[in-house]
Amino acid sequence: MNIILHGRCVVGGKAEGEALVTHETISGWGGMDPRTGTITEIRHELRGISFKDKILVFPGAKGSSAWSHYFHMARLSGAAPKALLFNRMSTKVALGAVVTRAPAMTDFDSDPLDIIRTGDWIKVDADSGTVEVVRRAQTDT
Amino acid sequence: MRLDDDEKAMLDGAQGRARQKAMELLVKYGKALGAEKLVKTDNVIGTVGMATPFVRDYALKPGGLDAAFSEFNLDSSETIETPEFAAYTCQVIHGIDTEHWQQQGGAKEVADLQQRGEEHFGRRGVNMMGTCTPYQVGNVPVMGEHCAWMESSAVVYCNSVLGARTNTEGRESTGAASVTARIPYWGLHLPENRFATHSIDVEFDVDDMMDWGLLGYWVGHVVQDDIPLLAGVKNQPNLIKLKHFGAAAASSGGVELFHIPGVTPEAASIEAATKPGRPLARLKYGAKERREAYDMINAGAHERKVDFIMLGCPHDSIEQIWHAARLLEGKHIHPDVQLWIFTPRSIKAVADRSGYTRIIRDAGAWLMSDTCPAIGRVMPKGTKVVATDSAKQSHYLPAILGVEAWFGSLEDCVDAALTGRWNGGLT
Repeated sequence: MNIILHGRCVVGGKAEGEALVTHETISGWGGMDPRTGTITEIRHELRGISFKDKILVFPGAKGSSAWSHYFHMARLSGAAPKALLFNRMSTKVALGAVVTRAPAMTDFDSDPLDIIRTGDWIKVDADSGTVEVVRRAQTDT
Repeated sequence: MRLDDDEKAMLDGAQGRARQKAMELLVKYGKALGAEKLVKTDNVIGTVGMATPFVRDYALKPGGLDAAFSEFNLDSSETIETPEFAAYTCQVIHGIDTEHWQQQGGAKEVADLQQRGEEHFGRRGVNMMGTCTPYQVGNVPVMGEHCAWMESSAVVYCNSVLGARTNTEGRESTGAASVTARIPYWGLHLPENRFATHSIDVEFDVDDMMDWGLLGYWVGHVVQDDIPLLAGVKNQPNLIKLKHFGAAAASSGGVELFHIPGVTPEAASIEAATKPGRPLARLKYGAKERREAYDMINAGAHERKVDFIMLGCPHDSIEQIWHAARLLEGKHIHPDVQLWIFTPRSIKAVADRSGYTRIIRDAGAWLMSDTCPAIGRVMPKGTKVVATDSAKQSHYLPAILGVEAWFGSLEDCVDAALTGRWNGGLT
């Protein structure tokens, strides 16, 4: 059976796609390449991996105040994530989500970082406040 | 969100298209945060910089500077004429020094575009300070003042040292704030969110600039975006030490506010900065933690032959330029290296008058403004190894420009400039 998470809508809309999960906070300026969506931060567990067209599941934002500008540029480059699911609210991540213009959610009833794994198929309905998690193992069969 | 009549009029378009788009963005942003209302602000630090490749492409398209402002400052795909700004707004550090672009390897057309942008937006109310340290050159908010500031090192200074109130805003939210004189009332605008979360027992005797940088880097690393209180600080810090401490803590973590009892204005005592009934998480900073911070910052540096020495992140005060000039006076830097020092343009005017710029130029180094290597992606050609006295710059440069970066004291950096080798270390 698929798992359903409930959370608060940050930016409305619906999206589905493959999950990319990190337990480390993400930097905008100085942490990723907005033309490709690739994480560039030294020592980051996703270094060299792109979030383009993924459902990005992460703890929250860190670093420079240009966080939103970098996600804004990623959107204009076609390199933005399809949706943003995160735990820790901040001005960086809220503004970044708004200008990315992708569905975004937070304040979940259980921690998406514990439940969602990279590669799971995720259906985000930010308007109704639900996230459906389809395990990769199930989609493979 | 609850909006007042003026805000509703802006949202309805009664005050023009630009204010309408700006208010739409602030409402979306406020809802995303979970804010209940907006707050009036008359102090904005934002950017209309046009020099970065991405923004430049927009500014050179039909619609020009207005198209770039609409997209990047108001999140509007529709091009709107840039209006007169409603709030006092200053330009933060940006991508190019229009006086030193040739030394920095920049292109004339980029400098020309930036110059055109400065005149265009300046006329509409953007005060062209061009610095990450507006508080060094006249924008000094008062205690309790609601601000909308970009630039993590300026935000932490504004909140902590001045006691004014700002979250870390972005290019789009400061654009909207400039046009509407509003920002979401959320986070650090609310007094109840300004209490300390962690107490750091500073057992090591932190005094010089390098040690304040190391302490900041370690504190940011351990508290991330929480609010640290430094207990047991023995030596009175000044502007430049707190500037360095905050910039480092905002780079390794996301510190936007810190308290030092007896030093910062919201911490007359430990109790004054602590929420009643909420115990602080306690941590200790001793020689071991200092060593950890040093090793973390210098982890990626191996080659001792340096190519480039950078001073002035955040931008130097006149006092720091004076210190550097005294170390350089009568000497000349190694022929294989370059030394660039960054300061706000108005402080450079003081350095020019005081003879410091001449000393620096005679030593073969440059005093520059408006940008820095990390923001402008500017370095001498072929640079592989950098040395800097900034924990912030050494944190970011390896990721942004793919170079090795040494962090040390001003004296270590000037020694590297004179010898071409990094001889710094932790004593």
